[in-house]
Order: sequence, then C-alpha cells, then structure tokens
Amino acid sequence: MLKDITLGQYFPGDSAIHRMDPRMKLILTIVYIVGVFMVSNLPGYLLALAFLYLVVRISGIKFSYLVKGVKPLRFIILFTFVLNLFFVQGETPIFSLGFFTLTKEALNNAIFFALRLVFLVMGTSVLTLTTSPVQLTDGLERLMHPLQRFHFPAHELAMMMTIALRFIPTLLEETDKIQKAQMARGADFESGNLLARAKAMIPLLVPLFVSAFRRANDLAMAMEARCYRGGDHRTRLRELRYTRLDVFGALATAAFIAVVMLEGRLLG
Amino acid sequence: MSIVIEHLNYVYMTGGPYETKALSDVNLTIHDGEFIGLIGHTGSGKSTLVQHLNGLIMPTSGRVLVDGMDLADKGTDRRAVRQRVGLVFQYPENQLFEETVEKDIAFGPKNLGLDDAEIDRRVKDAMRRVALDYDRLHERSVFELSGGQMRRVAIAGVLAMEPQVLVLDEPCAGLDPRGREEILGLIKKLHEEAGTTIVMVSHSMDDVASLADRVIVMNHGEVVMDGTPRDVFACGEELRGMGLDVPQAVLLAGKLRERGFDIPEGIYRIEEIKTEIEKIAAKGGRHA
Amino acid sequence: MAKPEENRIIASSLSYAYPDAGKNAVDGVTMRVRNGEFLAILGHNGSGKSTLAKLFNALYVPTNGTVWVCGLDTRDDDLVFDIRQHAGMVFQNPDNQIVATVVEEDVAFGLENNGVEPKEIRVRIDEALAAVNMTKYAKKAPHMLSGGQKQRVAIAGVLAMKPDVIILDESTAMLDPSGRAEVMNTVHRLNKEEGISVVIITHYMGEAATADYVIVMDEGKIALSGTPREVFTKVDTVRALGLDVPPMTDLAHMLRADGLDVRADVLTVDEMVEEVCRLSSSI
Repeated sequence: MLKDITLGQYFPGDSAIHRMDPRMKLILTIVYIVGVFMVSNLPGYLLALAFLYLVVRISGIKFSYLVKGVKPLRFIILFTFVLNLFFVQGETPIFSLGFFTLTKEALNNAIFFALRLVFLVMGTSVLTLTTSPVQLTDGLERLMHPLQRFHFPAHELAMMMTIALRFIPTLLEETDKIQKAQMARGADFESGNLLARAKAMIPLLVPLFVSAFRRANDLAMAMEARCYRGGDHRTRLRELRYTRLDVFGALATAAFIAVVMLEGRLLG
Repeated sequence: MSIVIEHLNYVYMTGGPYETKALSDVNLTIHDGEFIGLIGHTGSGKSTLVQHLNGLIMPTSGRVLVDGMDLADKGTDRRAVRQRVGLVFQYPENQLFEETVEKDIAFGPKNLGLDDAEIDRRVKDAMRRVALDYDRLHERSVFELSGGQMRRVAIAGVLAMEPQVLVLDEPCAGLDPRGREEILGLIKKLHEEAGTTIVMVSHSMDDVASLADRVIVMNHGEVVMDGTPRDVFACGEELRGMGLDVPQAVLLAGKLRERGFDIPEGIYRIEEIKTEIEKIAAKGGRHA
Repeated sequence: MAKPEENRIIASSLSYAYPDAGKNAVDGVTMRVRNGEFLAILGHNGSGKSTLAKLFNALYVPTNGTVWVCGLDTRDDDLVFDIRQHAGMVFQNPDNQIVATVVEEDVAFGLENNGVEPKEIRVRIDEALAAVNMTKYAKKAPHMLSGGQKQRVAIAGVLAMKPDVIILDESTAMLDPSGRAEVMNTVHRLNKEEGISVVIITHYMGEAATADYVIVMDEGKIALSGTPREVFTKVDTVRALGLDVPPMTDLAHMLRADGLDVRADVLTVDEMVEEVCRLSSSI
C-alpha cells in the first residue's frame, strides 16, 4: 500500500527550470494558467501545448510523466465535460435526442473546459516536478510575506506545510505497521460491505490519531527547546535571489501571453 | 505444529530504482516447543522474516508452510494461520485502540468469531498470563495505564488468540530494567508452562543467552548461523564482525583464555563463568 | 555555596508538580553540573528524571526552588531563549524532534529562530554536521536515516547553537545497540574535545558507567549519587531502586557472596580479568 502513493512528486534535477527561483516559478505558473483560461480556440491550445512542451523539454522530464499526472483526475475532467455538454445553452444544434439537444456551443465549451483542466494540472505538475517541497514552501512563504501586515499567517502556514511534509512518510510507515499489527490479531480490512469496511478502519485510525497527537506534543516541545518563537525576527538559511534565468522565464511567459492575446483578437 | 521455510526470497519494491533484496534463500524449520532467539543488526532481514511467519508478507519466491498449510495458497485461511502464529510487533502498545483493557484484548478472539463466554475466558486467561489484575484493570482505559502495563495489554491481546507459536519483535524495546524483567519473565513462563513455541527477536545478547535454546543469526537477509547458544556464541569474532555484541560472559571467557586460563569453550552464561572463576580461585596460583 | 562560574547548572531545593498532580514529580532536588562534566541521571520510569531534564531547559518552570543555567534563573521569562541556547536538549524519539524535510535545514532551525545571519548559519551547520560525522547526509531527507543518524542530526541541531551543556533526555532508549554506540561516542567526543558538559538521562547502566558522576533518582528525589564505581557497588540498593548493575559488577557481587576476595567495584570485563589474575596468583 505504501508504494502506491507517490509523494511530493519532485523529480530531482539541475536544469534551468529546476534552478529558477521558486517564487518566480509560482508566479509564472499562475500567469500561464490564466493565459490558458483566456484561450478559446484550437490554435491557442496548440500554442499552450507547445509552450508547455518546450518547458518540459528544458527541464529534462519525460512528457509522459505529465500525462500520468492527469490520469487520476480523468473522472473529474470527464464530469465537467459532460456537465458542459448538458447545461450550456447554445443556438446551433448538431443533433437532438428527446429532451436533449447537443449544440455546437455546448460541445465547444465542453472541450475547452476539459482542455483547460488538463492544462491546469499539467502546468502545476511542471511546477511540482521541478521544485522540491522545501523550495515550494519557501517560495510560498516569501510570496505571501507582504500579506502578514494584514495578519495573514504566512509563516505559520509555511511551517505547517513543512511539518506535514516531514511527517507524511513517518505516518505512512506507522499506518502500515498498525495495519499489520491488527491483521495479526485477525482484523480484516478488505472484505465486507461499505459499512463493515468503515468500521474495520477504527482499529487503524484510533492508534494513528493517538500517535499523531503524541508526536505533535513531542515536536512542539522539541521546537520550543530550540528557541522557536514564531516567524518574527526569524532568518533563513537559504536566501532566495532572482537570477538571469528568472528574467528569461518571465519574458518567455510574457511572450506566450502576448501571443495568446493577439491571436485571440485576430482569430476570435 | 511446525513452521517450515523453504528457499524463501523476498524483494522490496521489485523493478524500481530502490529494489532491495530483504531475504535471500532462507531455509528454516521451527519445531514445536522451541525457544528461538533471532538476532541480527537493524536491516538484516529479521523483521521481514517474522512477518512471513503469519502471512503478513508473501514470499517473492519459495514457500512458508505453517502446520502444513502453504501461506501463498489461495485456499489457505489466513486467519487460521494468524490464530496459530501470534505476532507481537515492536512497541505493540501503539496498536491499542479500544475504550477498555478488556475490549482491546477481546479484539482478536472476536475476529475469530468465538462466542462471548469463550472470549471472556480467553481475556481473563491472557490477563493472568501477563500478570495484569483482571478485577482491577479490565474496565480501565488503555490510555491511562503505565507504559509497561500498556505493553502487557498488547501482548495479552495476541495471547488471547491462543497461538501455538508466539513471535515477539523486540518485546523489551524502550523499557526500563524492571519492565524488561517483567516481560522476559512472562515470556519464559509462557514457554515453560503453556509450552508455547517462542521466536524472540532481540538486540540484547544477554537476554538471548539467558532464555533461548536455539539462536538464529541473520545478516544481509541470510541466515548465517543457526544452532545452540553455546555453538553460536562460541563464534564471538564472527558475531562482532557483523556488528553484533556477544554476551558479557563470552567476552570475559575469551579474555581469560588469552591470559592463559583454561576456560572451556562454549561458555555463555554468567553463572557458568562464575563457576569457572571459583575453580580458578580454588586451584590457587597454578596459572600465575 | 556553589559558584556559577564553575557550574553549568545549579539546582537548589528544586521541586516541580505537574498541573493537577497530587505530588511533586521532582521533589527537593539540589545538585549541580560542573564545567566539562559528564553526568548521568538514572532512574526507573516515573522516577522524575525526565522532568528534571526539562527543568534544566526552562521547558518547565520550578514550582519551588531554583535552577540556574550558566548563572541564569529559569524563572525569568526574559531569559528563556538565552537559557535554551546555553542548555541544548535532545529528546527520546528520533522521529518526533526533527522539524525540517532536509537534514541541513533541520540543523539550521534553532539558528533561524534566533535570527542568526544566513552566512553564519551556513558556517555553523557545516561545523555541527562535521562534529557528528553527518556531513555527507546534509541534503538527505530525515526519514531515510537510521535512528542513530537521526539522533546525531538532533545533536548537530543543538550543537550549532554553541551550547555549554547538552542534555540527552533518554535519547538512546529507542535505538539499537549500534545506534546507541553512535550517540554515546558522539557525546563523549564533544565532551572531551569541545569541553561541553553533558547530562544524559538513561536507564542503561552501561551508559551511566561511562559518566564522571551518577545521580540515581527515585520518587522525585535523589536516592543515590557518586562516581559510577561508588554507586554501582551498592548492588542491592541499586536493584531495590528498580535498576540493574553492569553484568561484571553483578558477577563480582556474586563471587563475593561466595566468599571470594574480589573488589566490589568492578565495572568492566577488563577489570574482572585483572581481578581473576590477582585471585589466581595471590593464594
């Protein structure tokens, strides 16, 4: 069961994309996704795909990896597709069956929405595949830092993310162990109806929660002992600096957005 | 009832970049009534091996037969196997979950589908075996107990399955000397009085030396030694080469031999070396 | 009166009761940790030894009495972070005290909290990891390490803060023998080479036997104290306190009970060998 879960799907590497500042990568990912949402015709999507492909090539990650990332979400994508098919009001019917009339607009909308989701997932995958969880939390914390003036808990959120990332492998291992220990006492996690299965989870979940609370307690004390006192006056080991790579990245993305907008105006 | 292991291999994460061979051609027969001490440093494959004994892990290749039943066989009733071979994990108190001591111990027997009277009998019997007072403790919450008591409740939970073979993975880990003594005492009694076959994984050579009648040493996923404590502990150098300790009595016997004293081979218990020293003292200065 | 400049930690009539607890977990303890001393605090579970350790680090504030850490009173709220920098603490469970997802980031944690400049943090991390022989694991994820390695990372995290005392609160209890040896060798080396005082809380007699001084706790009080030799010689008292004595001390005790003239304060195998040689030649 352990090996079925791929954690923080970071793909270690030393490409230009890997070396970019996480803050810039975060911003550019958002910009890219906004760009994709502005697209509303096929050439635009081809352009978005080409841009993504280029980035992935530079990063040295296999494109199939990105496609794999979309797989778990295929049902959600299909769902939105169907939803759009049914509920978008259109004027150009293609065919009708009883109450249902499929229109060209609905079909277009459905396809585009599905494509947007696919690009959303693939775009963020590029970010998480090329940025380690540590850098990601670092980048997030620093991007959100100005919000702290409005009492937004940027540091606390980042700290929580770090701790969660740190403890996920530990708790997974623990889950595996408790599950086996209960199986050794004849517990059955696999058969029975939904209710029986839910009930069978109790011997697993209770010890897991007890353990998580104990760990939280221990960790809080250990953090205190190491002078932890929140985010104020805290320095960081790693300072983030924008480099020429980030400028390139920003320009490339800006170019992409410009072309998308121009193209939209020309063809749309 | 015996457990037979034939050409057992186990590979973690087959095919991936982290593929590791955890067990390599293990052949063992565990006989009825034995007390086996299973030793080896962390990562030597001990834990993987013991989880094969009741089908929690399935062999990559090779066979494990419990009482003649092949664990890999689809037709084999795993629960029946797990009833016969009880497994107490390291830090077993971490698996407690019920509201009361009694309910937690009853979890195993309930899973076996026994009736209430039988469950009740088994809970009482298991508590007696781990020296927990039924009347005083059965309604207490498991989370109110001391660390040592929690561990004994967890062991009782496995004993209530009434296994013929009891496998314990470092039952004394993290306990203070008094707690260790209590746990070792009850394991010893279980072996002597109930005739339960014991397989005890331990890092403490002194514990193994004082209890086991057979010692199995694992290294890099292989069984490298298998014999009486006398034979195994006679190979002090090899054991230390594998990063293992030897019992203090063995160490002392070795050093005395180096000084020219005539100490018989195969001594591994403190009482034995004491007898030898007394012999030396009685003989007087002959060796000086 | 004990002078602060000669002592890293001074506890005077120290008591602590947990909220809602009927009795004191630590009850009127007076003791000190000298400069450069290696001190072992022994006791069975629930004897108050871990509570005592947490009083040394201002994690708990005394109910009664006082603790001075390098001359600083732990009751003073303003001194808390200074005290924690002077007296670093390593805990029992290796999995529950590492905060970051990368080894070197974790070592940096305390320094970041104290607002140390990034350049200085870098230097101190490298020094600390080198001191515990973990340099080549700097970029690794903590969950890939063994228990002994995790504890060495925790020690490095404390060491980076340049402490005067390191307190190990049962830090070897969950380790295998090789992990225990790793941790003990590390703290012994830091004690000898860097002159850092060490307090180990433990119930392993073998570890206590390597200390300069041993304190045995029972019911929150100091039941016995002295050099390891002085303490372990009292085999029956130590046993009554729910502890073991080293196997060789036990053997000496048994031999003496049988009327043989061996020293009662034998601790190691080598010392026992000498005793046997003496026995065989003296008669």
